[in-house]
Amino acid sequence: MKLYELTIAKAHRGLKKKEFSCLELTKSFLDRISNLDKKIFSFLTITPDIALSQAKKIDDWILQKREIPLLAGIPLAIKDNILVEGVRCTAASKILENYIAPYDATVVKRLKKLGVVILGKTNLDEFAMGSSTENSAYKVTHNPHDLNYIPGGSSGGSAAALTSNFCIFSLGSDTGGSIRQPASFCGVVGLKPTYGAVSRYGLISMASSLDQIGLITKTVEDTKIVFGAIKGKDSLDSTSVESKIRNQPYGESRATAKFEIRNCKVGVPKEYFIEGMDPAVEKIIKNSIKKFEDLGIKIKEISLPHTKYALAAYYIIMPSEVSANLARYDGIKYGFSKKKAQSLLNVYLESRGEGFGEEVRRRIMLGTYALSAGYYEAYYLRAQKVRTLIQEDFKKAFQKIDLILTPVSPTPAFKIGEKITDPLKMYLSDVFTIAVNLAGLPALSLPVGKVSNLPVGLQIIARPFEEDKIFEIGQMFEQI
Amino acid sequence: MLTKQEVEHIAKLARLELSQSEVKKIQKELSSILDYIDQLKKAAISGVQPTSHSIFIENVMREDKLIARKLESKRKLIEKFPAAKEGYLKTKSIL
Repeated sequence: MKLYELTIAKAHRGLKKKEFSCLELTKSFLDRISNLDKKIFSFLTITPDIALSQAKKIDDWILQKREIPLLAGIPLAIKDNILVEGVRCTAASKILENYIAPYDATVVKRLKKLGVVILGKTNLDEFAMGSSTENSAYKVTHNPHDLNYIPGGSSGGSAAALTSNFCIFSLGSDTGGSIRQPASFCGVVGLKPTYGAVSRYGLISMASSLDQIGLITKTVEDTKIVFGAIKGKDSLDSTSVESKIRNQPYGESRATAKFEIRNCKVGVPKEYFIEGMDPAVEKIIKNSIKKFEDLGIKIKEISLPHTKYALAAYYIIMPSEVSANLARYDGIKYGFSKKKAQSLLNVYLESRGEGFGEEVRRRIMLGTYALSAGYYEAYYLRAQKVRTLIQEDFKKAFQKIDLILTPVSPTPAFKIGEKITDPLKMYLSDVFTIAVNLAGLPALSLPVGKVSNLPVGLQIIARPFEEDKIFEIGQMFEQI
Repeated sequence: MLTKQEVEHIAKLARLELSQSEVKKIQKELSSILDYIDQLKKAAISGVQPTSHSIFIENVMREDKLIARKLESKRKLIEKFPAAKEGYLKTKSIL
């Protein structure tokens, strides 16, 4: 096995046993990136100096026979909307082209403390707005399984980098499916944790009531390790919470876990198998559900009746929050500024008009309209009420079942250019992932098959703060 | 369909400069998205409470006192000002 193919657990064992040095491990990734990313375009910034000096430090720790944490010396890539002190952070926008992050995001701080090796920052749709990574102001990322296809989005760079073995794991963010959908399209594991489970401090805000930092890995075991390292309350994010449910720490024997996966009841909502869905995807999803049934898990059809309203509610709530959050980019405090503008008002108009890309402008316009005088009740308030109905659907379902299985997306990856000219068509590719964000639930995309050469992911949804159950059933599937 | 004037009014509220061709394009695009969103009218929402966050959110308080910060962090922020004078943020005059 090549060094760049290792999982976190395997790389950790290799480092500890001195089978290879951290420098060798890190260089294997940096070499791969410099040789192959010219075909994939997954990175916006590569940080070899930071990576190599950190690798040397970890090798010293090992030489000194220090006990190293599981994540020490593990190379990762970070979505370019999460701040790493001293490193450029663009959110794939021209408005932040020269923005150097003045501090570390809390997740980055926590991971640095454990000794991770940061390789660079990955491409995304501008400000994480998109489902294909085509909305980046810098480059279009390609799907490593077929270069004519998109990798999904908005964390498309993070998913494509991991799939190409450019890193051992990567960080992303998920507002409406932005981790799960690219993980599904690239055939890797992607977790959106419970809203509040992981601090958002240092994540460039898009829609604050929906945004969540999460991660992309090769295996569910790796997801469990990284999630354990980044979760928990943070005084710098008032929406972060310490879970009352204790997620099982990594390494604890599964036999001692209270939750017995074979006794778990799983629901499959009928609303997630809709007309217009790719029949090949439907078949793969149904086969994977059958495999769980064969393992003795009870599968039950359930109903989430308000599912049909999720996308419409989302396209009011999200742009409304976007229009408020992105008001901070004014050409005055930091970022791109049209200095030659005639007046203060023109500084605002021209800096924002020129600095923001098309999709970002579209969403700011939509959100401003929805919140403007006379429309608030008809749009924003109504959408917030529908959000309650969607959340209650899940609450009711979870009284009788422990986990929900659905497809991640109605189709596999689509071609570059296929949907970019039709915003509504693009939005519909997130139809199965959005309700989870509205309800704040944890969900994981698990690779379960392929349509010709394009991967398909199964979505596993749990009650708030019950990520452990997702990991249990996910690992069970991986072991088949 | 949104009128040209409506789109121009929203653009001004949002502080976005749009070209004439873009106003036309956004007119069409926003209208088709709003048509899709119109299906929310069919949802039975009477008596339903709105949800702003999926979890219970409480205000976080701290004591009202000055906290010393490093000069370094101040410098890093000032460096990012597009225009500055003697360590202060500089903007166009409004009078």
